Amino acid sequence: MKLLEYQSKELLRRYGVPLPRSGGLVRAAGHLGKALKELGRGPWVLKSQVFSGGRGAAGGIRLVRTAQEAACAAGELLGKRLVTAQNAPEGETVRALWVEGALEISRELYVSVSIHRGLGRPVFTFCAEGGVEIERLARESPEKIRTAVLEEGEFRPHQLRGWTDGLELPSGAGERFQEIVGSLIRIFMEQDASTLEINPLIWTAQGEWVALDAKVILDDNALYRHPEYLKLAQKSEEYSKAERKALEAGISYVSMDGEIGCMVNGAGLAMATLDMIHLAGGRAANFLDVGGGADAQQVRRGFELLLSDRKVRAVLVNIFGGILRCDVVARGLLDAFRKLRLGVPLVMRLEGTRVEEGRKLLGASGLSVIGAETLADAAQRAVAAARKV
Amino acid sequence: MSILVHADSRVVIQGITGSAGSFHAQGCLEYGTKVVAGVTPGKGGSEILGVPVFDSVRQAVKGRHAEVSLIFVPAPHAADAIVEAAEADVKLIVCITEGIPVLDMVGVKRRLAQLPGPVVLIGPNCPGVITPGACKVGIMPGYIHRAGKVGIISRSGTLTYEAVWQLTRLGLGQSTVVGIGGDPILGTGFQEILGRMLEDPGTEAVVLIGEIGGSAEEAAAQFYRERGNSKPVFAFVAGRTAPPGKRMGHAGAIVEGGTGTAESKREAFRKAGICVIDSPAEIGQTVFESLSPTRKQDALT
Repeated sequence: MKLLEYQSKELLRRYGVPLPRSGGLVRAAGHLGKALKELGRGPWVLKSQVFSGGRGAAGGIRLVRTAQEAACAAGELLGKRLVTAQNAPEGETVRALWVEGALEISRELYVSVSIHRGLGRPVFTFCAEGGVEIERLARESPEKIRTAVLEEGEFRPHQLRGWTDGLELPSGAGERFQEIVGSLIRIFMEQDASTLEINPLIWTAQGEWVALDAKVILDDNALYRHPEYLKLAQKSEEYSKAERKALEAGISYVSMDGEIGCMVNGAGLAMATLDMIHLAGGRAANFLDVGGGADAQQVRRGFELLLSDRKVRAVLVNIFGGILRCDVVARGLLDAFRKLRLGVPLVMRLEGTRVEEGRKLLGASGLSVIGAETLADAAQRAVAAARKV
Repeated sequence: MSILVHADSRVVIQGITGSAGSFHAQGCLEYGTKVVAGVTPGKGGSEILGVPVFDSVRQAVKGRHAEVSLIFVPAPHAADAIVEAAEADVKLIVCITEGIPVLDMVGVKRRLAQLPGPVVLIGPNCPGVITPGACKVGIMPGYIHRAGKVGIISRSGTLTYEAVWQLTRLGLGQSTVVGIGGDPILGTGFQEILGRMLEDPGTEAVVLIGEIGGSAEEAAAQFYRERGNSKPVFAFVAGRTAPPGKRMGHAGAIVEGGTGTAESKREAFRKAGICVIDSPAEIGQTVFESLSPTRKQDALT
C-alpha cells in the first residue's frame, strides 16, 4: 500500500525525522488561508497529494510568495487531473494539497531503504545527488549510487563512514545524518515497509537536515500487523472504485482500456492470457486474478466487477484449477448469473482440479457458454466474439 | 532420474488438519506420494486420512523419518513453520502459503543460512514440486503431468500447469516441475534449480517460465551463459502487455540496475542462447519442434 506524502511524513514525524514546517492539509481552496496563517510569512510550497512520482516536473508542486499567488495555484491544482511521466496518460485527480514553508536548500541527497530481492535483505541506498530522477541516474551513472546491506535489519554506522565526506558539511552534520538514517531504518523494520524513500533529504542554508519529500510503501502482506493502516487501505485513493471493490473481495483487479473482460486464476496465467489476447488481435479490458484460494462468492464478485465495465464486449474465463477447483468456479458463475444478465458472449476454458464436475455443472445449467479447449483457442474465440457484438 | 523429490521421498505436511492442508494431503496421497506424517500443534496423537498427526516437526522426523516438508500453515505463522522444519533437520521444505510478510522472509533466509547443514526451501507462494509418476509435493493437479525428460522451472502457479499440459498433450513428459514461487524473496531462485536440472542426467531440456519484475530471470540467463553447456533451454516471460507501473518495484528495482521489464528478460535469455517463446500457447509446440530427432526420441521414451 502506497502512502501519500503527508501520510508518509506523519510516520516520519513519529520517529523524530526533521521535516519542513507545515500548515496542514488543504482539501478546498477556501481552507488555504488558515494553513498559510499557521505558517506565517511566505514563501510557501503547495504540494499536490498524488501517488505517482514526477509531480514537480508535471507542475504539481508550486512555490508561491503571496496569499494571492497561493490562492491562484490552489485553484489550478485542486480537483484537476495531474498527468505525470509515471501515471500517463490518464493522470490522477488532486484531492488535497500539503502546504509547507519554503526552505533554502544548500545540499540535496537521495536516501532510501528497500528490499533487495536477489540478496533477500533490506538495503540502504544513498546518492549525493538528490532531487533528481533516481531511476535515470541508476541507468546512466550507477557509480554515483552507494548501497549498504542491512544484515540484521539493523544499521551499523561504520557502514556509512565516509559517505558524506565529499559534501563539505560542517562538523556534527555527519553524526546527525547517521541518526536520521537510523530512524529511517527503524521505521522500515517496525512498520513493515517495502520502500521508504526520501528524495531529497536536504541540508538547509540554516544548517539543518530536513526530509523535503517522503514516499513510503507498506507491505500489503503485513497490514494485519498494523490495524491503523489496514483501515486506511480500505479507503485509500490509490485505487479506483472498481479496484477497491476487488480489494475488499480479495481479488486483484487492474482496469485496462480494451474490450475483452478477463477472469483468470493466478497472476502469471492472467498476464499470459492478456499477452495471448494481444497476439490474437484483441485488447483486454482488465487484469483480474481471482486468486488461488477463491470461493464461489469471490468468483461471483469477480464476475459482477467484470460486467460492470461498460467497455466489455466479450468475457473470457480462463481457469486452470489447482487450489481453486473448477466446480467452485462453475458454482460461482451460476450464482452470478442468477442475479446478473449476461449481455455479452462468454468464452470459457476450464482445466485442472475437478474439471469434469465443473463442466458438468455448466452443461446442466443451460447457460450459453462458448467452450474452448486451449489457451490459443480461448483467446481467438473471445476476440472473434467481441468483434461480432 | 529427477531432482529434489523421488518415489521414496518421505513427506510431512505442516498444517495438515486445515482445509487446504487436508484437501491437498489427499491429492498427494492419491498421487502416490509417501505422506508419512502431519503436524498441527495441539492435535498430536490424532490421525487424518490415515496419516499420524504430531505436535511438532521434530516429533514427525523422529517418529516417521520425514525428510521433506510441505507447508500449508496460514501466513502469520508460516515463517515460524519454515524455521521449525529447518531446525528439525528437514532437508527440503516446500512452502505453499501465500501472503507471508516480506520482512518475515528476510528473517527466514537469515536463519536458514546460519544452520549447519544444507537445507533447500522452495517458495513461498508456490505450487510445489512434482516428479511425475513418482512424487507430488504440492497443489498441482497430478493428471496433467507425465513422466519424461523435460524439466520446468516457473515463478507462476497456474501458468506452469498450462505449460505442463501443453507438453503432456504432445507426448513430452517432465523430469521434475518446480514452482519457485511468486514472492519478492524466495527460498530458491531460478538459477539454483536450473543448475540442478543441467546436472540431472534425467533431464534433456529445460523450460523457464518467468514474469515481469525483479531480476531473477536475468541472473539465470547469465548463469546459463557463463556455465556453457549442452542442454537446450526454452523461456517464456509473462507480462509483455501488462499495464506498466502497476506491479513494478521502485527502489528495489533501481538497486538491481533497472531490470524487470519483459523485454529486458527476453533480451537476457536471447543473449545467453536460450530460445525465447513469444506465445504462451506455443510453449509445448516450440519445445517439441526444437528438439533434435535423437533428443526427441529420448524425451518421448
